[in-house]
Amino acid sequence: MANKKSLSPEARAIINSQVSRRAVLAGLGGVAGATALAACGGGASSSGAAKDSVRWANWTLYLDLDESGKHYPSLENFTKTTGINVKYLEDINDNDEFFGKVQGQLKLGEDIGYDLVTPTDWMAGRFIRLGYTQKFDKANIPNAKNIISSLAHPSFDPNRESSLTWQGIMAGFGWNKSVNPKGIKTLDDLFAPQNKGKIVVLSEMRDTIGIIAMSQGVDISKITEAQFMNAVDFLKKKIADGWIRGVKGNEYKEDLISGDASAVIGWSGDMFQLSAENAGKFDFAISESGGTISGDNLLIPSTANADGKANAEKLINYYYEPAIAAEVAAYVNYVCPVDGAQAEMEKIAPDLAKSEFIFPTAKTQSRLHVFRALTPAEETSWTEAFQAAAGN
Amino acid sequence: MGKVKTPYLLLLPGFAFLFTFFILPIANLAQTSTQTPIAGGDTGQYEQTFRLKNYIDAFVENKEQFGRSFLYALIATALALMIAYPLAYAIAFKAGKMKNVLLVLVVAPFFTSFLLRTIAWKQILGEKGFIVPTLRSLGILSEGSTLTSTAFAVVMGMTYNFLPFMTLPLYASIDRIDPRTLEASGDLYANGFTTFRKVTLPLSMPGVVAGTLLTFIPAAGDYVNAAILGSPSTKMIGNVIESRYFKVVDYPTAAALSFTLMAAILILVTIYIRKAGTEELV
Repeated sequence: MANKKSLSPEARAIINSQVSRRAVLAGLGGVAGATALAACGGGASSSGAAKDSVRWANWTLYLDLDESGKHYPSLENFTKTTGINVKYLEDINDNDEFFGKVQGQLKLGEDIGYDLVTPTDWMAGRFIRLGYTQKFDKANIPNAKNIISSLAHPSFDPNRESSLTWQGIMAGFGWNKSVNPKGIKTLDDLFAPQNKGKIVVLSEMRDTIGIIAMSQGVDISKITEAQFMNAVDFLKKKIADGWIRGVKGNEYKEDLISGDASAVIGWSGDMFQLSAENAGKFDFAISESGGTISGDNLLIPSTANADGKANAEKLINYYYEPAIAAEVAAYVNYVCPVDGAQAEMEKIAPDLAKSEFIFPTAKTQSRLHVFRALTPAEETSWTEAFQAAAGN
Repeated sequence: MGKVKTPYLLLLPGFAFLFTFFILPIANLAQTSTQTPIAGGDTGQYEQTFRLKNYIDAFVENKEQFGRSFLYALIATALALMIAYPLAYAIAFKAGKMKNVLLVLVVAPFFTSFLLRTIAWKQILGEKGFIVPTLRSLGILSEGSTLTSTAFAVVMGMTYNFLPFMTLPLYASIDRIDPRTLEASGDLYANGFTTFRKVTLPLSMPGVVAGTLLTFIPAAGDYVNAAILGSPSTKMIGNVIESRYFKVVDYPTAAALSFTLMAAILILVTIYIRKAGTEELV
């Protein structure tokens, strides 16, 4: 006691603290709670998808939706015919962000909550490289043969053993017709005097650099570092000389509408919608020297259980049915990856069946190329060079 | 005993919060900033090698954006001060019954999101806004040039977005000035300007210091204005950090840049407060 009195009030307070035991208990409670939560997570992961269901992570506005905005007709039809319930989750907003969210569990082999995911080519490549996917049982997906030729053999999955395209995305030139009455067919047309300071290019490196490199005669399915850097230098120079006002994602649409941009390197689906919404004021074309085609891919994560995998395969097969693919394409307006969907589109929307945006002709398709898969080291240093050119 | 204990207990939630949401992330960031890529590893996989040179590399590669960030932040702060001072003065001394209404109006922009307000500026300064055609017809702006995607637009956006942070502390400070001190100054034959210089301004210095800090610090780290209103040649350090983190997936460089930015701001602010000599900030 005497000792205690010689202590400072603060020290005494600490020694005499009556809450200590309770605090310890509370702490234990917290730990116990966390353990319980972890156990819950573990419990869910060991079960995964239920026997007659499948969980699908996709991007927003990427599946046919009815007028009420509450029903996905094609999905409901799938459930009706197969009895498989689909939990459709619009959970992908950004490739890197999505990867960050699921990579921890994938590494540990714990259920990520999805039996089907839809990353873009290069990210799909990363999933495959890291062994985070499962090979398809092709017997369950006979319709896989319907994939269009330009998407059939990407370098990240040459035989499409564990991925199939959900929708294809073409990148090319978009322009305001009143400023560019003759249209834009080549990179030189894009950098015409009337567009000076009013050009926006995509922040998607593989599209912008791909199109520039192809105009320099490069085969982007085999692009070397020197060729890549050469194209980056071209971009850098055009930015420094005041030709390019921005390196952006979808926002280039607003710049075209407001008149701040008159020509862009942009995406087919966007330009289709823009043109439709603005009385045909805008147009889109694939560069004569070649445009890029990429896609978002259906993958079955390594953590899906046998039921989840089988059901996901049935779902993929269903969407590779030409009639169903046409239904989706009529809503999303991106490149339909399914052969035969055009004929089906004739029946439901004849004007869309003629659209080069959704069904590029054989001639256009021959000009579309896929950017080669990069090694992790290349991915980092090339992205860094591209971002530096964009001012970042 | 109980009396001694209570304040510490009351502080506990605050400390717990700070520890979880400030100390831990900062420690994590510090740890990340000296990592290097794992040889043969995949994108975004790093290991701890305590490589301090990350800091030098990160700074040297991006010194241009660092310089730009501080320059833009400085100009925006100066502009905001020039706009906010008369505004705060008028609200404090001249508004009468309108005082509260005007204060609500100053705060009103906060009712909509920062992002939306910045996008709105893009439209105001865009080709279809009223400003560009007006300036063109007056011959101030040439036919080929635009206002968006320029340093001008970025600084304007920052000035606008941080204006309330300048106005409110200034108002609080000016409002506390006893009007009788101004009368006294007049009685001593000081004219309006001298009164302002000798009485109003010194008495409102705490507000000036608080306002400039509240504007400058977030402005230096801002990246939204540069991303929405700027061009590749007006990018700020915040844009670089964002791109390093999310696009390049180069966490160590992003972390090193964040620390360098924090340190630079801390040094500048310390010097500023020393010079301004205002001990009581509010």
